[in-house]
Amino acid sequence: MGSLEVRNLTKDFTIRSGLKRSKLRAANDINFVLEPGKTIAIVGESGSGKSTVARMIAKLEQPTSGDILLDGTSSATRGRALVDYRHQVQMVFQDPFASLNPFHTVEHHLERPLKLHGVTRGARETKEQTYELLERVNLTPANVFAAKKPHEMSGGQRQRVAIARALAPGARFLIADEPVSMLDVSIRLSVLNLLARLQREDNLGVLYITHDLATARHFSDEIIVMLRGNIVERGPSDEVILNPRHEYTELLLAAAPNPSNHGKLRSEVRADLASTGRGSQDPLAPSGTSVR
Amino acid sequence: MDESVREHELAKSTESASPRDDFAVDGLPLEEQPATVAFANTAAVAAREIPVKRRILANLPRRSPKLIVGLVLTFGIVLFGIIGPFFVQDPKFSGNPSLQPPSPEHLLGTTQLGYDVLAQLAYGARGSLMVGLIAGIIAVVLSLAFGIVAGYFGGWTDEFLSLVTNIMLVIPGLPLIIVIASYVPSRTLLLVALVLGLTGWAGSAVVLRSQAKSLRNRDYVAAARVAGEKPVRIILVEILPNLLPLLAAQFLFAVILGILGEAGLSYLGLGPVGSITWGTMLNEAQLGTALSSGAWWWFIPPGALIALLGCGLSLINFSIDEYINPKLRLAPAAQRSVRTARKAGLEVTSNRNVNDDGVIIDAENENENAKRVGE
Repeated sequence: MGSLEVRNLTKDFTIRSGLKRSKLRAANDINFVLEPGKTIAIVGESGSGKSTVARMIAKLEQPTSGDILLDGTSSATRGRALVDYRHQVQMVFQDPFASLNPFHTVEHHLERPLKLHGVTRGARETKEQTYELLERVNLTPANVFAAKKPHEMSGGQRQRVAIARALAPGARFLIADEPVSMLDVSIRLSVLNLLARLQREDNLGVLYITHDLATARHFSDEIIVMLRGNIVERGPSDEVILNPRHEYTELLLAAAPNPSNHGKLRSEVRADLASTGRGSQDPLAPSGTSVR
Repeated sequence: MDESVREHELAKSTESASPRDDFAVDGLPLEEQPATVAFANTAAVAAREIPVKRRILANLPRRSPKLIVGLVLTFGIVLFGIIGPFFVQDPKFSGNPSLQPPSPEHLLGTTQLGYDVLAQLAYGARGSLMVGLIAGIIAVVLSLAFGIVAGYFGGWTDEFLSLVTNIMLVIPGLPLIIVIASYVPSRTLLLVALVLGLTGWAGSAVVLRSQAKSLRNRDYVAAARVAGEKPVRIILVEILPNLLPLLAAQFLFAVILGILGEAGLSYLGLGPVGSITWGTMLNEAQLGTALSSGAWWWFIPPGALIALLGCGLSLINFSIDEYINPKLRLAPAAQRSVRTARKAGLEVTSNRNVNDDGVIIDAENENENAKRVGE
């Protein structure tokens, strides 16, 4: 089984304000290798470029430079080869309320990828496969859910449909762009566990994009921390969480509500961090100190 | 439903406990699962499925007085145009006495040349509706092509198509039609409709373009791209259905414009030659000095029908607008409820002192406060 490799991936956006043009580097020299069965989490605040990386890998954005390699070969940007690439790499979007077409039924959403990628032949086989997909994501009874339209379902149910859609072509790699951030807290864990189960069953490589360090640790083998388009820290997830090297990772950790800090002021938490001898420079200064 | 699928369903529902075990192992709270109740019992499941007919009905616009009046007007006139001609005499038969006021023999009187006005009106309805329909279809197809393609693809395609649209938008329609119509020697009904359609699409193309621009950035379009859908299919299957209400409204609008445009052209003597429309009737009435001779039965019926059809189609359009944007429907009701609430509030507070901001100044408390201050 091959891997999905991202090599020197860079994306510039051109910003026009009046006649002035300026460039914004959304992702700078991103490298990582996603193996089947493994999960890499990309963590960062809003605007750190993590979603841009996801969209480039899903071929929704064209990288300015760099390469995405599937099984060691450079991936195509058009034609039949692109369809083959999509066959392997699928994406789950952040907002389940926006990622399903309000006009179509659940069945339509699952049928199309099945037909497009030639997974099934004939209406009957497609229907059976659709029901099976729905059952895999715990949407039972499948025939009831297949006939539903998106607005008749809850956020968690919609996201399950979106996951089923991503699995439909038989993908080996799944890009999950903040798949649970729009869901109720009570549903998040069950959706994440569903993803984890599907990953085990299909030996999927998952790129898990999030701003939540806790779920990143729970769910992934490796964590990549991004800041302003750069990777500032990476490593095995426990190591990154328990022994952060970069100031920004510490800030992210400190930003998560921690019961032991209850009642303390933000400045006090910062002072605690400082007193442990970590970091004195401004964490938001673009440093580009990629560790490892 | 297919028999085999139902079997498959039954088989699955008996072993339905297994996928959930996974969750129990994880020690998780069970997720919201509204269908759990229906699990054991497929009969209940079948009953829960909403019949297709009701599904369709639920998606149609609500019945409102506006919609009903609009539909009655429009369908009445369309019906008149379809079956009316079978019950009247030949509209080109000039053997009748000329300029007769309405009578049992000629329900709407006759024209100067002895034509029966009712007969002309019925055949004219056919002509006018035909022109409106053809012009409407052409305009909608063109605005779809220009608007959605420009909006979806963006970039240079958008720049070019928008340029064409904007040029068509600023060219004043009627003068252009007059120029074209006066150039062509044999103006048939079809040609007039074609010209009206070709000049009337730009406005809706602008609206459709901006809608398509907004829809193309939706996640479900991105998801369709990730799934590997082709652009044409994305436009037709993912984007277009969501534009249907808007398209319907714009089609009706284009039909109104077509009918009015044809009436205007015909009135100026540039209408279709050899066909009868409401516009040509008005033109003949004007040439025959119907107004000064007091022959009201000659020009009022076609004018009234044009106005009524326009009114009917517009009313349907308004109810489609309300369907697209429920705020429009709810706004009058909301305003009314605010008014009644205010009135009710005034009644409650009328025996109390209310300051300018509507805050109740309770007299008793006020006195107590005053006492306290005094102490």
